[in-house]
Amino acid sequence: ADIISTVEFNYSGDLLATGDKGGRVVIFQREQENKSRPFSRGEYNVYSTFQSHEPEFDYLKSLEIEEKINKIRWLPQQNAAHFLLSTNDKTIKLWKISERDKRAEGYNLKDEDGRLRDPVRIKELRVPTLKPMDLMVEASPRRIFANAHTYHINSISVNSDYATYLSADDLRINLWHLEITNRSFNIVDIKPANMEELTEVITAAEFHPQQCNVFVYSSSKGTIRLCDMRSSALCDRHSKFFEEPEDPSSRSFFSEIISSISDVKFSHNGRYMMTRDYLSVKVWDLNMENRPVETYQVHEYLRSKLCSLYENDCIFDKFECCWNGLDSTIMTGSYNNFFRMFDRNTRRDTTLEASRESSKSRAILKPRKVCTGGKRKKDEISVDSLDFNKKILHTAWHPTENFIAVAATNNLYLFQDKVN
Amino acid sequence: MFVRGLKRKCFDGEEDIEGTLAGIKAIPSYNLQRQSLLDMSLVKLQLCHMLVEPNLCRSVLIANTVRQIQEEMTQDGTWQMINTQSTGQASLDRLVSTDILCRSSREQAEEKHVPSYGTFNKDFEGDQGQDSSETMSTASSVQAPRNFQSNVWEMENPQENKGNFQKSLDQIFETLENKSPNSVEDLFSEVDNSYYDLDTMLTGMMSNTKMGHCDGLETFSSPTNTASSSNCKSDLNELDHIVEILVES
Repeated sequence: ADIISTVEFNYSGDLLATGDKGGRVVIFQREQENKSRPFSRGEYNVYSTFQSHEPEFDYLKSLEIEEKINKIRWLPQQNAAHFLLSTNDKTIKLWKISERDKRAEGYNLKDEDGRLRDPVRIKELRVPTLKPMDLMVEASPRRIFANAHTYHINSISVNSDYATYLSADDLRINLWHLEITNRSFNIVDIKPANMEELTEVITAAEFHPQQCNVFVYSSSKGTIRLCDMRSSALCDRHSKFFEEPEDPSSRSFFSEIISSISDVKFSHNGRYMMTRDYLSVKVWDLNMENRPVETYQVHEYLRSKLCSLYENDCIFDKFECCWNGLDSTIMTGSYNNFFRMFDRNTRRDTTLEASRESSKSRAILKPRKVCTGGKRKKDEISVDSLDFNKKILHTAWHPTENFIAVAATNNLYLFQDKVN
Repeated sequence: MFVRGLKRKCFDGEEDIEGTLAGIKAIPSYNLQRQSLLDMSLVKLQLCHMLVEPNLCRSVLIANTVRQIQEEMTQDGTWQMINTQSTGQASLDRLVSTDILCRSSREQAEEKHVPSYGTFNKDFEGDQGQDSSETMSTASSVQAPRNFQSNVWEMENPQENKGNFQKSLDQIFETLENKSPNSVEDLFSEVDNSYYDLDTMLTGMMSNTKMGHCDGLETFSSPTNTASSSNCKSDLNELDHIVEILVES
């Protein structure tokens, strides 16, 4: 199995898509309620697997283009088929996933195995009938949106009009129409005239969940810009600028790097947005630009280890974050296969581990704790024992229920609330 | 993998120190550690594998860090090149625990200030700076800030040939900007071996120092531990040679 690079529930939560480093997409479907197996509801089984992207070679630059799937975003379901967008560094594809559980039998002009019948032999006409067959799930690429990005695509986001979507790379953001592949509109461009003056890149972008003219993008300097597409065609000038003033007493050479935002997500109700930087998660009120309304420390114990983390490149890891359906809890990953949940109302936080040893089927997860100094209590793990190769970068929360998907390198873990 | 604690290091360059400072057993000075971070950053920029396009965000963040260090060093006035006897000694001393760099400025202010030894910055460091400029100029996606380069060159020859050097540097930048990565390799094909020697030397030195706290240093150490203190000098002469070639081209 390959390293999972993205995880995403669809709008109903019945389907869960994962993309991996090898360019494959695997879709899981939730089991329907079954009286004979009362606990089967809640299990996700493989529904469809297909190769979305292949490795390519850019002959002009003599560079490989990785097939790794950076993001998957579902479209809302409008008919029996399911649609999703998947992207690698350069190309976005719209995939149609449809079911086939019947086939026609009794054709006049061809045999059951497809061979054409000799017209002379046909003595009578019959009406073909539909017979049930084993369920077959087919995935076919319906649109390919290519050649619009010079730099690496880091985000795609479907607009609430369900007709357009944006794609963002390090320096530009483009607006597409889902039906049109040979044209896209550039709506943000931060490339300087002289590349030597480049000091800031775009790290993530997302459309507002209800307002189809509003989107945000985050930067490597820890800022978020909210743009309104009604104000001008090119949204280089932001409508709102979100930045927390730096604490001068905690400034170090690594301050900028750890302030770089790796993910930005609107809340479901559209009133807040959440940003993830290296050490913390921040919740912002869209009406307040000068500071976040809530800040949660994910792994503050790493602050004194930043130098080592810079050396082994871990400081550049891009963690994602997600909201639960009610916007009351937020979740993000950490190292050692730990992931963290923060309850915004009670201000309580939990650390859990996604590993084979601690996740026997149906067993309740034990909260974990990292010992930051002094005497290590039983069951605690010391900072120096953390495995920095086991990082949880991608997590997803079911849109309505307390069901979460956690990607730990090449394993996918599904957890549900024990109350259910 | 982690810094386990500050190790105290005694500077052997005491004979160069002013009388008032003699006898101070210094913890690894902030300047040394800053220099070490600078070297690490330059190696990172250099190690961008050209098979796949390197991560632009990472390159920009590292380049910003380098710029930040350079600006601070310029302000401090520690950006100096001074001759010294033992280059090998200098190389080991410079690669010290960088834990102190992780601390906030407030924490550092509370500690006793270690005076920056102007005389400690040795010839090797100067050459290191030059070579760093070359390695930076081969960084794939982000060009090094020009004033960083020009600073290095200026310090080398403060009075004479400033204009010539800047012009040569500009030429190098233009060439790199216009050409594809393959051409870049052609540009350096003459000095190819030395280029890799620099890499080996840096990584070899890093693995040489027993007191490397950051276990991540392991990732940098090359399998063939060719570099040692005695080799440094010969490598330096080679590098001098490369620099001359580049400037005259």
